[in-house]
Amino acid sequence: MHLVLFFIFGGLCVAGALNLLFQRHPINSALSLIVVMSTLAVLYLLLGAEFLAAAQVIVYSGAIMVLFTFVIMLLNAGREERTHGSKAAYAIGIPGAAALFAALAYIVLSNGKHLSSARLGDYLVTTGDLSRVLFRDLLLPFEVTSVLILVAILGAVALARREH
Amino acid sequence: MEVSFWIFLLLSVLKVIVVTVLLLMSVAYTVLLERKVVGRIQNRWGPTRVGPFGLLQPLADGAKLFLKEDLLPTGVYRPLFILAPIIALSCALMSISMVPFGADIHYRGVDLFQISDVNIGLLIILGITSVGVYGVALSGWSSNNKYSLLGALRASAQVISYELALALSLVGVILLSQSFRLRDIVDLQARHGLLTWNFFGGLQFVAFFVYIMAAFAETNRTPFDLPEAESELTAGYHTEYSSMKFAMFFMAEYANMITVGCVATLLFFGGWSSPFGHLFPAFGGVVVQALLPVFWFVVKVFCFLFLYIWVRGTLPRFRYDQLMGFGWKYLMPLAIANIIVTSLWLAYHAA
Repeated sequence: MHLVLFFIFGGLCVAGALNLLFQRHPINSALSLIVVMSTLAVLYLLLGAEFLAAAQVIVYSGAIMVLFTFVIMLLNAGREERTHGSKAAYAIGIPGAAALFAALAYIVLSNGKHLSSARLGDYLVTTGDLSRVLFRDLLLPFEVTSVLILVAILGAVALARREH
Repeated sequence: MEVSFWIFLLLSVLKVIVVTVLLLMSVAYTVLLERKVVGRIQNRWGPTRVGPFGLLQPLADGAKLFLKEDLLPTGVYRPLFILAPIIALSCALMSISMVPFGADIHYRGVDLFQISDVNIGLLIILGITSVGVYGVALSGWSSNNKYSLLGALRASAQVISYELALALSLVGVILLSQSFRLRDIVDLQARHGLLTWNFFGGLQFVAFFVYIMAAFAETNRTPFDLPEAESELTAGYHTEYSSMKFAMFFMAEYANMITVGCVATLLFFGGWSSPFGHLFPAFGGVVVQALLPVFWFVVKVFCFLFLYIWVRGTLPRFRYDQLMGFGWKYLMPLAIANIIVTSLWLAYHAA
């Protein structure tokens, strides 16, 4: 049951990601990204991370992607123009991507014995467990991250207001 | 008790059908109630012609909307224009699946008064509501109409801003019950009736005030109905829609109102529990005792629907900058203050 769901939503996720790249209108790409985000939430749920799944839908598919579509609607972005791309990207990008993929595949395959211990649907991380780790064991990194985000917000406001 | 998979599936499908039909019926009669009450507030009768007291008016409205011509304007972006009302309505109908209508009674292993009992029920309702914005946003953009686009932009900005205050206002209740499961939240309030409801006993009236304000904005209702302000934007995001597609937006708005009323009842007013607690001895048979909680639940949700209509008949519309200022500068700090005070209170009690 878990495996069937995993393949359905994993396939949907990859299809959404490919569609995101092939669509030529920005709003269609944004909608594909929403599909990717939501299917990722289902995959989290299959791994037993219920709070993370809900947060993924609320924050990413619900709030951040609404801002994406908002900006696309506001700018009334038109169709994407097809170009041949830069020569450097072809020369370095494709071998680079192939090399990275090969390296990752080699590392994963050679350490396969240690990695294959997690199984779908084996355990459930409740919100209580998650918050115990976050607010007791990892309190300092958590607070430092929140300060970092605050600095980023203040920086964005300062940049946007510079001309006044 | 192990139940057969097919009986479970059959009963679950039956439950979904019954709840959906009841929800759509209550949507239709909420519209009638609104027209009647707003009529009386404005010193007129409201619908009286179809059936006794106008009670068959929703059927006539439904038939009219079904039979109207479904126009598809030439300039629209067709796939999204058709998809948008479907997103809006399906998200509005889906969130009711998490709502428990009555006490925890099982028949052959199937929960009778709730479609699905999930650990993170409250979060799922929030998630579905936040995805529902796309219905409004995409309808405005795909209509290729200035008024629709402006309405959609207003709606997305407004919903994102008020979602923050809405979610933060619920944190106080979650701190008290230590669970996202809606049945746990109600069980905690059901011990002594009125006195243990989160609104009175839990001292969450600030949270309730923030929640109800934010909920009015989330459902695009007066005094926050700027996305469809008639005097400025014709009809806002659904200007280009007709027939069934318009009806789907209309039903989505009222279904969202009902969901918001259900959530407010569950979180602040004790859900299906009786306001008298265990003051009176249990009377009647098993069936009466099973249906009495549903009665209390429906009464409470009805009060919220009436409040919605009452506010619509009473208050004028906000200005847009007032709306944004109110959400960010007033409601959100209030919600955060409520979280801090509630957690300090709980820490003081635990120490």
